[in-house]
Amino acid sequence: MALILLVAEVEGGSLTDIGGQLALAAKNVAGAGDEIAVAVMSDDPTAAAESAARLDVSTVFSIAHPALAEGGTGGFDAPVSALAALCSEKQPSVVLLGKTDFGSNVGPRVAFRLGSGFAQDCIDLRAESAADRIAITRPVHGGNAMAVYRFRDRDPQVATIRPNVFDPEGVPDEGTPTGAAEIVQFDAAAAIGETRSRLIEVVAEESKGVRLEDADVVISGGRGLGGPAPFERLQELTDILGGALGASRAACDAGWIDHGHQIGLTGKSISPRVYITFGISGASQHMAGCSGAKAIVAINKDADANIFKEARFGVVGDWEKVLNGFMATVQELTGN
Amino acid sequence: MAIRVVVCVKQVPDPDTPASAFSVDEAAKVVVTPPGTPPVVNGFDLHATEAALRVKDAGGDVEITVLAVGSDFVMDVVKRPLSMGADELVLVDDPSLAGLDASGTARVLAAAIEKQGPFDLILCGRQASDWDNAHVPLGLAEILNLPCITFARKIDMSDGSVRVERALTDGYQVVEAPTPCVITVTNELGEARYPTLRGIMAATRKAPTNLTPSELGLNSDDLAPALDLERLFVPESDRNVEVIEGDDEEDAGRRLALRLREENLI
Repeated sequence: MALILLVAEVEGGSLTDIGGQLALAAKNVAGAGDEIAVAVMSDDPTAAAESAARLDVSTVFSIAHPALAEGGTGGFDAPVSALAALCSEKQPSVVLLGKTDFGSNVGPRVAFRLGSGFAQDCIDLRAESAADRIAITRPVHGGNAMAVYRFRDRDPQVATIRPNVFDPEGVPDEGTPTGAAEIVQFDAAAAIGETRSRLIEVVAEESKGVRLEDADVVISGGRGLGGPAPFERLQELTDILGGALGASRAACDAGWIDHGHQIGLTGKSISPRVYITFGISGASQHMAGCSGAKAIVAINKDADANIFKEARFGVVGDWEKVLNGFMATVQELTGN
Repeated sequence: MAIRVVVCVKQVPDPDTPASAFSVDEAAKVVVTPPGTPPVVNGFDLHATEAALRVKDAGGDVEITVLAVGSDFVMDVVKRPLSMGADELVLVDDPSLAGLDASGTARVLAAAIEKQGPFDLILCGRQASDWDNAHVPLGLAEILNLPCITFARKIDMSDGSVRVERALTDGYQVVEAPTPCVITVTNELGEARYPTLRGIMAATRKAPTNLTPSELGLNSDDLAPALDLERLFVPESDRNVEVIEGDDEEDAGRRLALRLREENLI
């Protein structure tokens, strides 16, 4: 009988999707008799804890503390201390977090503080039971290779799971019957103590129109465009198709377009119906951000570009000439 | 008294190596570097170096130490931060450090920082382009019992504290922490400066300080991995691209639009 502890996340008082995804991932390592619990941390986790109780778990640990507001993201001192205290008391064999801003900051520090092992950005995990040593799979070298690791003997085995790899039907809504999960208050005030770093302010830089993460159609440009002006033309196409505009890191770093448009391992992850790329070579760091796209379309003058290996449709040619023909036909088809 | 900044850098295989030239030796579980492609300093670590240089540019007496842990260093490569303007280079260089994992790396860095310190700021790249862990700086902060602020796009030092803009996917946070403090730097900071000729000349004349794990009081347990690598492989791509052709490039563009409409993709 081993314990698997999931660490859900709270945004604006509500549970995010990652909790359900972790509950699904936990099935891969849960043996008969293993217990699955979820931790919910916030300044006021009441509503989120009730949502978490609808997940397929037996216990919800609800941790309330003012320093856990906004996920305690002002340096993450508070959630690290709270989670380490919970682990010390409950002795989980496995701790799973999302590979999100929260999870990728909190997970490694908790593992280090407890002297155990940590695996980042896992896309698969396997074990007969949680007391076993888990084997995890993670992309490395920017997605060029996959690595399978196995944890050594120290518990807890801490891992972050790449979002949207495990895909349940979202967070159970209020219509879902409450499971048998018991909500237990866990007091972490002593462990949290005084936090050293603090959050001064959060500044939203909302992109106008459809969010990249939610868009059905994403149009994107890269180094091959050669400058900032072409992005205005891509924006035009994006508007006609009702999509969102993306870019490669190279284009963002060159200052041609704002970093809010960056797609890739260190940018946004998208999962549109179709991802149409102009002048993007398809470095694996970029492809890691669009692996969720149902269809990738590549327009690139280099027939050997990596993007053609991942694409379903492609045109080898000058982006501007291809775009001219493409846009004209799209306008005819859509009447926009 | 001078403000002392240490920048942790890693020598990695060039991530711009074309995917077609990328291969792994599955038996040895290592990446095979194609001949004639020298390693580079991890890109985000150059951004961290740039962040340190901007702290120096902001004024005051600032001293920048560059610290690297590994083996088989190529001197021209690891001296790049010096040629950008950093003051000194410390290498923990030992064959036993080849293939060191994130937890081992954090322990070696922590020991070297304690030996060479004290430092006011410890800067790292947000992640390394080889193993993509984004794990070492957080472990380093835990070992040294310091606060850690990740994904910095702007760093402002003031007396005894630091104010950081943390890049988020939709905006940024402003976070304040007392120094010393560990900060990871992201590419949103802006491009790392190129070495100047004068910088390159100065770097050539500077000899690195070399340390070994035993000089740092580390034993083989400290360097042991937290997880064992069981398999390393290149995933197969299962997509077959349908190349659309036309009378000319414009025509191909028109045909592409029609084909995508046929598939209900647009």
